[in-house]
Amino acid sequence: MTREVPELMDLTEHLFELDVYRSRGGYKAARKALGMSPVAVLAEVKDADLKGRGGAGFPAGVKWGFIPRDGEKPVYLCVNADEGEPGAFKDRWLLTHDPHLLLEGVIITAYAVGAHDGFIYIRGEYEAAALRLDRAINEARAAGFLGEKIFGTEFGLDITVFRGAGAYICGEETALLESLEGKRGEPRLKPPFPASVGLFRCPTVINNVETVSNVPRILRDGSEAFRKLGRPGDGGTRLFSVSGAVVKPGLYEVPVGAPLKDLIFEHAGGLPPGRTLKAVIPGGLSAPVLRADEIDIPLDCDSLFRAGSMIGSGAVIVIDDGTSMLDVLGIMTRFYAHESCGQCTPCRIGTSWMRKTVVRLASGNGNMEDIDGIARVASAIKGRTLCPMGDAAALPILALVTKFRTEFGSRIEECRARNRS
Amino acid sequence: MSHGFAPIVLDEVRAVASRFPRKEAALLPVLRVLQRVTGALGPAEEKLAAELLGLEPVRVREAVTYYALFRQKPAGRHIIQICINLSCSMAGAGHSLADLQTRLGIVPGETTPDGRFTLLTVECLGNCDQAPCLMVDEDDHGRVQEEELDEILGRYS
Repeated sequence: MTREVPELMDLTEHLFELDVYRSRGGYKAARKALGMSPVAVLAEVKDADLKGRGGAGFPAGVKWGFIPRDGEKPVYLCVNADEGEPGAFKDRWLLTHDPHLLLEGVIITAYAVGAHDGFIYIRGEYEAAALRLDRAINEARAAGFLGEKIFGTEFGLDITVFRGAGAYICGEETALLESLEGKRGEPRLKPPFPASVGLFRCPTVINNVETVSNVPRILRDGSEAFRKLGRPGDGGTRLFSVSGAVVKPGLYEVPVGAPLKDLIFEHAGGLPPGRTLKAVIPGGLSAPVLRADEIDIPLDCDSLFRAGSMIGSGAVIVIDDGTSMLDVLGIMTRFYAHESCGQCTPCRIGTSWMRKTVVRLASGNGNMEDIDGIARVASAIKGRTLCPMGDAAALPILALVTKFRTEFGSRIEECRARNRS
Repeated sequence: MSHGFAPIVLDEVRAVASRFPRKEAALLPVLRVLQRVTGALGPAEEKLAAELLGLEPVRVREAVTYYALFRQKPAGRHIIQICINLSCSMAGAGHSLADLQTRLGIVPGETTPDGRFTLLTVECLGNCDQAPCLMVDEDDHGRVQEEELDEILGRYS
């Protein structure tokens, strides 16, 4: 298979072993970076326009730039591997198949921001991935790529793998920090941002697995090559987890800005025979849904934002005509009601209220006024919570009940008819 | 400090605790180990974690009751976690769940009378291209067909 673009995804077998990773040129970028000044490494990544791949899409180099230099407090690096967004499985792939790529990215990132302690927060359910990562860390330590005097320089770094314990909200960066400190994963008020007051109240950089895994190739190929792969201000390629009603669900890598339609119909093979496209959730369950006539857009942060949605963590869920949007609404409301940490009243009460309303609708004891009520409650949550989870619940629910209002009308009638009979 | 825990358990817990730069950061890892070796995080486990890490007992209780993977009562010998989120539901997770309930004679949250299986529903295991998916203990099972369920369950005695 010829490669259209230099890829992040390397399908070489046994790549998770250090020898194989090194035979593919592994750890050369880290060696190169440690021969540069930290400021030069940071500038290279900043110039690459690498946007965060975890959901918020904040430029990684800019985030690193907020870390105070030569402060008295230690700087911490946290890798967010708490992949919990429904539909996303890209970080699982990277951790399982290419853990040394992540470690190489961690070394470079830590060097650029002056961190000597790194934490990788990996979700509790990712057992196989965590074992691979543990093994890779031991190999890297034995080879002198972690620990003291890495590559014979004065730079030292150690990494601790931290296992989550089943809480979606811990993917939110300040909740992740609370969890790392042994507390309930309740998000913090921002500002102060983690770059100034983070883990143990010290300056902290938090980046997603895919974001950090892109760092080695930026150092290897240069920022310009990376930037050119994508769109202005949004460089590189992205991994998309495609699931739902497609012939070939799976993980696909395309340049930032590639057409969403191509991802679904070419890479993922389109819909199964006899099914037609109804809607697409382009960035994980929290991303507002797009109707079938709205998917002619490029896959980059700005284009998805302009379309009223978000690229999120690159989890594309394809919905066919055989799927009831009332069922989709039921899953969404159940999910957010379950995962709300309970700290902010609008999110705690609102998500549960919406959940109960959908259960009642499905039992045939509701009408379209309930749909209007759900829209009102979602609007009341929006913008009124400490962390982005309030919006993550409100916006997709609002989009669903607005764009598929007609279908909700007929589904509710069906439920009422079933209840009467 | 004697809690009736075997020395090997205490050694493992202390080893985990020592890996973290601050004691409180070791709470989740310590609870994880304790749950694995004792089966559940009851009052004795909470007390041990609190004393070992110098934390108020309430801090430990807060964590135990917050995180979905922690449990205060023992589960069955094997834990089935079946995903019921969107991609898995579209691929028939509802049928798999109904089938499992019939086979096991329990509903989610319950344990079979022989103590063999605990059935739990979960929101997304991050394995959506393998929908419908489930986990038994720490093993992933993907693209699960109803006719395979007997064979899968049979591997766990």
